[in-house]
Amino acid sequence: MSQTRASQPGALMGFVHRRRRGAELFLLILALAVGVGAYAAVGIGVEGHVPADIVGYGGWLTALVLAAHLVVRVVAPYADPVLLPVVAALNGLGLAVIHRLDLATGDTFARQQLTWMTLGVLLFVITLVVLRDHRILTRFTYTSGLGAIVLLLLPLVPGLGKTINGARIWIGVGPFSFQPGEVAKVLLVVAFAGYLVLHRDALALAGRRVVFVDLPRGRDLGPILGMWLISLGVLVFQKDLGSSLLFFGLFLVMLYVSTERPGWLVVGAALFTAGAGLGYYLFGHVRVRFDIWLSPFAHYGEGTDDRAFQPVEGMFGLAWGGLIGRGFGGGSPERVPYANSDFITAAIGEELGLTGLIAVLLLYGLIVERALRAALISREGFGKLLATGLGAIFAVQVFVVIGGVTSLIPLTGLTTPFLSYGGSSLVANWVIIALLLRVSDLARRPLPDLSAGDVEAEADVLSTQVIKL
Amino acid sequence: MNKPIRTISIFCLLLFLGLMLNVTYLQYYRADSLDHDARNRRAVDAAFSRERGAILVGRDPIAESVPSDDRYDFQRQYAKPLMYAHITGWFNYYNAQSGSCTSCQQRVEQTENDVLAGNDGRLFVNRLVDLLSNQESKGGNVQLTIDPAAQQAAFDGLRSVVGPSGQGAVVALEPRTGKVLAMVSLPTFDPNRLASHDLGDVNAAADALEADESEPLLNRAIQTTLPPGSTFKIVTAAAAIENGLYTKDDDVPGGPTFQLPLTSGSSGLIDNEGRDCGSDRIPFSQALENSCNTTFARLAIEVGADKMAEQAAKFGFGQDYFDDLTPQARSNYPEDANEPQTGQSGIGQFEVRTTPLQMAMVAAGIANDGRVMRPYLVDEVQSPEFERIDATPSEVLSQAITSSTASQLTDLMVDTVDFGTANPAAIDGIEVAGKTGTAQSGNPDVPPYAWFVSFAPADDPQVAVAIMIQKAPGIIRDDIAGGLLGGPIAKAIMEAVIK
Repeated sequence: MSQTRASQPGALMGFVHRRRRGAELFLLILALAVGVGAYAAVGIGVEGHVPADIVGYGGWLTALVLAAHLVVRVVAPYADPVLLPVVAALNGLGLAVIHRLDLATGDTFARQQLTWMTLGVLLFVITLVVLRDHRILTRFTYTSGLGAIVLLLLPLVPGLGKTINGARIWIGVGPFSFQPGEVAKVLLVVAFAGYLVLHRDALALAGRRVVFVDLPRGRDLGPILGMWLISLGVLVFQKDLGSSLLFFGLFLVMLYVSTERPGWLVVGAALFTAGAGLGYYLFGHVRVRFDIWLSPFAHYGEGTDDRAFQPVEGMFGLAWGGLIGRGFGGGSPERVPYANSDFITAAIGEELGLTGLIAVLLLYGLIVERALRAALISREGFGKLLATGLGAIFAVQVFVVIGGVTSLIPLTGLTTPFLSYGGSSLVANWVIIALLLRVSDLARRPLPDLSAGDVEAEADVLSTQVIKL
Repeated sequence: MNKPIRTISIFCLLLFLGLMLNVTYLQYYRADSLDHDARNRRAVDAAFSRERGAILVGRDPIAESVPSDDRYDFQRQYAKPLMYAHITGWFNYYNAQSGSCTSCQQRVEQTENDVLAGNDGRLFVNRLVDLLSNQESKGGNVQLTIDPAAQQAAFDGLRSVVGPSGQGAVVALEPRTGKVLAMVSLPTFDPNRLASHDLGDVNAAADALEADESEPLLNRAIQTTLPPGSTFKIVTAAAAIENGLYTKDDDVPGGPTFQLPLTSGSSGLIDNEGRDCGSDRIPFSQALENSCNTTFARLAIEVGADKMAEQAAKFGFGQDYFDDLTPQARSNYPEDANEPQTGQSGIGQFEVRTTPLQMAMVAAGIANDGRVMRPYLVDEVQSPEFERIDATPSEVLSQAITSSTASQLTDLMVDTVDFGTANPAAIDGIEVAGKTGTAQSGNPDVPPYAWFVSFAPADDPQVAVAIMIQKAPGIIRDDIAGGLLGGPIAKAIMEAVIK
């Protein structure tokens, strides 16, 4: 049969992806070895013995990961086999590092994070089970957009919103704090993708040429621009620089990919420069961040305002880690404020060294690569845009937060996906992975065999789809 | 849409490459400078927790790290703290991370920090072995040149003379090598208090020491310069003989008084405070035995300002030559002095200022056939297992005078001990060469400074000593004299080394 396939016109497209679920299982075992091994290493390094609850902890982690794997096996058999293991490894490592910091400070964040991970895996499973085809999401384009804006506005509601560290991006219900922005970013990607896939031709082709750029018509660009401006405005108002940067980058990438116009990148870069400049002159907190970035040591130590305490301590920690790190328990990552959230990469760099940090960066790189690969091989526009958008979120978020921690760019607050302590972020990221797996599952799933020729109508539908590629 | 997606993937690749390069820069290339930042508490904590090497005198540690059960693993402990305070210094939370600096106060704990902490390149193999055998890295040991008996004699002797609140310093050198055999400065302090893990105690102790007007933290042996008075006459004598004006057997100008050229009245009139210096010409030995001011003022003028300055410089005046403790005060001989100033300088007054170490080097240079050796305090660097890794080589600083001049001076100084003012340092059966000094402070409220330099045995010198007594509160002004106060201390030190 393969011979007949090869002789067909669509020979190049005739390549059939294998399911590779066995490979996924093998990689998951490696990922579990990382997670459980790191947990054991923390116990040995800090307390001198393997943690007493290693069996319960390891068992729970294994059960979660295996459950995710089994669900993928059943409902998304062709999904990308690398994403889930990479995420499992990152999440397991994050738990171990949070546990290590807990031991230094006497908190129990790791336990809570495990609960959040359980919830994340649960939502991951629900997403995969309920959402058999991601294109269903196109029905909720405007709903998602509206939902994102409402979520972003929630922290501004008196009595509900909470200001933590100068940023009003939290809502508190009873004892729980939640960062609605984390969920909003997923909804925004869905909304952008849904809108752009419908209006991409109009955006790309209809319009006037102004200087070098073909500006699209207002009615095509209007809704999406409005959505974006509102979300951005909210963020600026909440002083959440990191998320502003993330949403801006996301918007730009998706616009560029859907319209295939490089001009958008030029416009975006110009807008970014203007926005950054304006922010620098208008907002004191932007200026402060910038100054700290340029000369951190002038803001560290006695006799200064000590505003750069966190980044400089982070840098000292990274330097202290060196090439191979101090080993769990060998450094003092707890010296850095918020070492378990924004600065968790500094803690990893200190105790696992450059080696560990590069490994983490490569894992993130793999997630982005896998997302973009799913976008490339996806057979329809919405899937492409969705996967690109979700991949771009990871890339930009990792760049902004790790770049900030390592002083490559000014520091802006963002969580480190899967590593940082924080429920909203973790849950949202698990859903993102579920969406990516769904897109890649549909993209890698072989086309129904035409030679069987049982249903004419279906063949028609498929051939139109093939031509669309 | 695939083309822009590919572009985006290349863009993402660049982002990640940027992150990786930056992290590599931070954790590899910049790590060293960040680790050595004085504000880096991680490095301080680690340095403070490590088992540091010992500072050894003879076979005994005078500074060592002992296990501690508080927040740090080791406590630095100083045996005989008062006696060695100015040599060892102290190691505490505040100076654990100090980089090298030549202008700030550094003692062996700081100048040899790399060895003691185990970071020195010479300990690389040890570190490697420790790493491979998974052992905690220990620091190397530093063996000092100090002779414990000489140090004890110097400390006891000086303290008994100046009393608990007195000020003074002693330096003893091995003339042949330049090894520092003893170095004592009073008043002293207890480095154990400054090395405490209780930072409140440390701060209180440091504040008290800083506020103390007698400056106990000052190492007077190398950091205080005072007029050397008559001890400087051996330099003047050296210049006169070296320049061929006289030999030790010649008669030199004497007389009860000498009016300095270009002066009139009592301020320019030099006398001998009642010692017998003849009426016109007297033997050279009598001039030194009785420490004749009139003779040496005239000799200095005869030698001339330039030659005098040259001779002083050859002994080390105006130079830095001691690296093991910092900072070092430079001894001074006035430049471009006119005739009356040169005359004053010839008897160690005017602007002549010297550290006790410098005067010890003058004595040691004469003892060592005119060769002045560079003084040093660190004898050996040892591995944590006390194996010698590196030894400091002796080094000639300068040939200050010829060997013939040196032997003539030795004879004159032996006479000074045998028959003259330096007699308190005489040792039975051993020829001792010496010279006393009592220098006017220039301030009627400040008592004169008593000096004593000597070396022994004269035919095969093993030790050269310089003693400076800046302030001895228990002693009335008229009793302050170099021979009386310094002689017995010098004798005790020389006996300790020779026997």
